[in-house]
Amino acid sequence: MTAPTAAPSIPATGRWPWFGAFALLSLIGAQALGLLTSPADRDMGHLQKIMYVHVPAAWMTFVAFFVVLVASLRYLMTREERHDLLAASAAEVGAVLNGLTLALGMIWGRPTWGVWWTWDARLTSTLVLFLIFVGYLALRGFVDERDRRAQWSAAVGILGAINVPIVYMSVKWWRTLHQLQSSPSTVDPVYVLSLRANAFAVLFVTIYFIRRRYEAACIARVAEWRREAFALGGTSGQ
Amino acid sequence: MTSGWPQALAIAAKDLRIERRSKAGFNSVVALGITILVLFGFALGPDAAALRDAAPGALWLAILFAAVLAFNRSYQVELDAGALDALLLYPAPRWTIYAGKLLANLAFVGLLIAIVVPVGIVLFQVTIPPRWPLLLLVVALGAFGIVTLGTFYAAMASRSRAREVLLPLLLFPMLIPVILASMEASKALLTADLMRAAGAWIRLLVGFDLVFLVATFLAFDHVIEG
Repeated sequence: MTAPTAAPSIPATGRWPWFGAFALLSLIGAQALGLLTSPADRDMGHLQKIMYVHVPAAWMTFVAFFVVLVASLRYLMTREERHDLLAASAAEVGAVLNGLTLALGMIWGRPTWGVWWTWDARLTSTLVLFLIFVGYLALRGFVDERDRRAQWSAAVGILGAINVPIVYMSVKWWRTLHQLQSSPSTVDPVYVLSLRANAFAVLFVTIYFIRRRYEAACIARVAEWRREAFALGGTSGQ
Repeated sequence: MTSGWPQALAIAAKDLRIERRSKAGFNSVVALGITILVLFGFALGPDAAALRDAAPGALWLAILFAAVLAFNRSYQVELDAGALDALLLYPAPRWTIYAGKLLANLAFVGLLIAIVVPVGIVLFQVTIPPRWPLLLLVVALGAFGIVTLGTFYAAMASRSRAREVLLPLLLFPMLIPVILASMEASKALLTADLMRAAGAWIRLLVGFDLVFLVATFLAFDHVIEG
């Protein structure tokens, strides 16, 4: 609850643009590898290629939300603002990846399963996860006071992350107790290399995006801090 | 967390006294719960068998929608005339505020359920099963989960802009396991429960309630002081 005395600092850009270029190139390379080398699937034909974005996006969603959990816990322990800004950045990137996972899953599901949506355990729990983190971002948008926003969103982020396995378990029971269908999830070895390559490429892109959003969040905070300092009649942030 | 329960009980008693003196709040929440049941009846009825099948889902959603109003109310009374600031000066640990609000909301929602559920049983032509004590347990566990998270999230949502939309937006996705488990357990107990599903769902409810009771108590200090 202490008022900020020193201006928050903007992290140095350093070599991050190079990392961004590397992430983009590795994504292009991994996609090319997937498109060129893997044969058409027996049942799905070239529709299978959507896996190289859909599955890495799903995995990285969980990575991003894990970052939210860790950063939120660290914020509550240390009360250092950078952890809060990191959690917010990771939540934004995670929500985008989560939405991408859902959209691509629907595009994939329509030709293979014949429906845009099915109440399968994974689909449903991914959707619930998306809703939980949409709520997290909405909370951040609706609370203006900085300390409040940071503490509240840390609490919401932690509780949301705790709930992920419980949601998955409950939805899975709901489906299996009804005995309808299970999800096909075995991957033929010829696709594994491309899938791994794309998973790493999307991981790099995720890290880069989180970093960029973090820098942007820090810059926005400094601007906010200077406005406050100016309004209070103090010196500017330098 | 040693002593502090007398203070928590005092806060709960204060909240319930406010509710008792202005009966309008409770009465309108109950009326809303019954209205939602009637609307579900229009959406799903009038075929008696279809109504009976849908009864657990309709009842739990009616309870959820009505209870959400109670949660925001329980902090709204503190926002007038800076009552919350005075409450924070109270010589007691912060968790007593949460415990007090939780107890008051449990009483409020318990009373709400005691009225709305019998009405639902009549409207949806539900026959009381022989294992009704287990059904009461499911109702208690489900309500406890809803009230725990509802009380916690309302502490934030009621003090933000757009609290009307923010509380359900935060709360409903988090409550999906509770609602799902409560509905499925109720459905299993109302029918013959051939798949023996009720036990698993009851265990899930117990687990959810315990996990989030502990988590919200730990996190509340961070939420109230901001």
